[in-house]
Amino acid sequence: MSNNPSIVIVDYGVGNIHSLANAIRYLGYKKIRISDQEQHIREADALILPGVGAFGESVRNLRKSMLHLILGEAVLIQKKPILGICVGMQMLAEGSEENGWHEGLSWIPGKVKKLVLPATFSVPQVGWNNVFIQQNDPLFTRTSENPNFYFDHSYHFETSPEYRMAWCDFGIEVTAAVYRDNIFGVQFHPEKSQSSGLKLFRGFLNAV
Amino acid sequence: MLKKRIIANLVVKNGIVVQSIGFKRYLPVGKPGIAIEFLNQWGIDEIILTDISASPEGRGPDLNMIREATNKCFVPLTIGGGISNIEQIKELMQCGADKISLNRSVLIKPELISAAAHIFGNQCVVVSIDGIQTPNGYRVYDYINKTATEKDPGGLAHFAEELGAGEIFIHSVDRDGSYTGYDFALIKGVCNLVSIPVIASGGAKNAEHIHAVFNETNASAASAANFFHFSEHSVIITKAQLAKKIDVRLETHACYSDSLVDDSMRLLKKEDQALEHLLYTRITKEII
Repeated sequence: MSNNPSIVIVDYGVGNIHSLANAIRYLGYKKIRISDQEQHIREADALILPGVGAFGESVRNLRKSMLHLILGEAVLIQKKPILGICVGMQMLAEGSEENGWHEGLSWIPGKVKKLVLPATFSVPQVGWNNVFIQQNDPLFTRTSENPNFYFDHSYHFETSPEYRMAWCDFGIEVTAAVYRDNIFGVQFHPEKSQSSGLKLFRGFLNAV
Repeated sequence: MLKKRIIANLVVKNGIVVQSIGFKRYLPVGKPGIAIEFLNQWGIDEIILTDISASPEGRGPDLNMIREATNKCFVPLTIGGGISNIEQIKELMQCGADKISLNRSVLIKPELISAAAHIFGNQCVVVSIDGIQTPNGYRVYDYINKTATEKDPGGLAHFAEELGAGEIFIHSVDRDGSYTGYDFALIKGVCNLVSIPVIASGGAKNAEHIHAVFNETNASAASAANFFHFSEHSVIITKAQLAKKIDVRLETHACYSDSLVDDSMRLLKKEDQALEHLLYTRITKEII
C-alpha cells in the first residue's frame, strides 16, 4: 500500500456498514471512521457513501442530519473523492421514481428508474453478473477484464454514456458504475464481491 | 447474464460447524469463522449459516459467534436458526448478515415473514423448508418434533412467496448427508409453484450432482455442505468442472480448469508431461 488515506464511511443510519468497514480494514487501511460528523468529513481524504434500502428514506435521513450540505461542500468545493454504493450511488442522481418522485443530490446528471426488463428476466436483479467496462480508471484498474460483482437492486441509474463507467447485461444494459470528476458510484456491492470488490476498493483508494 | 450460484451451507451445532447426516448424526468439522474464511477465499458465491441448536434450546441467534464469523466474509451471508422476532433480525443485520433464513416461522408464525419483508425488503428474507418423502408424497418436515407435517412443500413455498419471501431454500431430509445427489422431484415441486429464486439443497457429493440439479430443475442456486469441507480448494475445483458446462462465476487466482477429478472430487494426477511443464512455470501471487 503506497498511501494511507483517512477514509470516512458516511453513517446516516443505514444498516450493514459493518461489512463495508471490514472490507476496507482487510485491505490494510488504518484510518477508517464511520461517522456523520462535519469535522470528520472535512478532514477525510476519501469518502464512501453506502446505501441499503429505499431511496426516499435514505435521502430523507441524509437531509435530516444536513449531510447533503456537508458532503456537498467536501465533494463539490474541496473536491474530495467519493464512492457511492448501491442506493448511495443512486443518490448521486437528480432523483428517483422509487415510491413516488424523490430528489437526489444531482451531482451526476441522470434519473433512477424502475428496471423494465424483457419477459424472461425478473426484478429485482439479485446475484452475480459480469460487467463491461467503458472507462477503467480508477475503479477498474486492478480488476479482470469482465469482473463479476454482486448485484441486488430493483431500480437503476439512467444516465448518458459520458457519465457511465461500466454496465451489465440483464436483458437490457443496466448501468453498473458512474463517474464525473471526483465522484464515483457503483450499483453493485463491492464489499460482497470477494476479490473483485476488494480490487475495486484498492483502485479507488490508490487514486486518492 | 446472472450466473448460477453455488452456495455453501454451514450447519452449526453448539458453536461448531458439523457434518449433518439424515438429521440424526452430527460429526464435528471446525469453527465457523475459519470455514467462512476459507470458503470465501475459494470463491464461493454465497454462504448460509444455520444454527440448528438455537431453536431446540429455545434461544435466539448466537450474536457473538456470528460477529466473529463474519469478519472475513466478503460474499453475501444468510443467517438462520432461532430467529423469532424483528429485533433479532435488526441485530443480525448489524452483525454483518445480509439475509436471514426463517424455517419454523412459516409453520407457526407466518406474520414474521411479512413483517421482515416489509422492513428489510423481500431480498433479505429466505424461507427454508425441509421436505421429506412419505407414502402420501412429499411433506414438510418439522425438525423440532421430528415428524412430517400435513403440508406440501410446494404449497408452503408458494404461501411464503405471497407473504413476501425473496428466496426459497428447499432441503431434502432423506438426502441430507447421503451423498446420493439432489432430490429432483422435491425441488421441481417447489420450483413449479413459485416465481422467486429456489436454492436446492441436500445430497450433493460432486460437481456432477450440481450440474444435474441445474439441468433437471429450474433452481437458480445449488447448495452443498459436507463435501466442501474436506478438501483444499474444493469450491474452485467444483466450479472449474461446472464452468465447462454452465455459466458459473470462476475468478479465483488459483485455477483448475485443466484438472481432472474423480467421483469424490479428488484431483487426479496430471500427465507426466504437464507436471514437467509445471516445473518451469512461474506462478505469481495474487495482489489485491
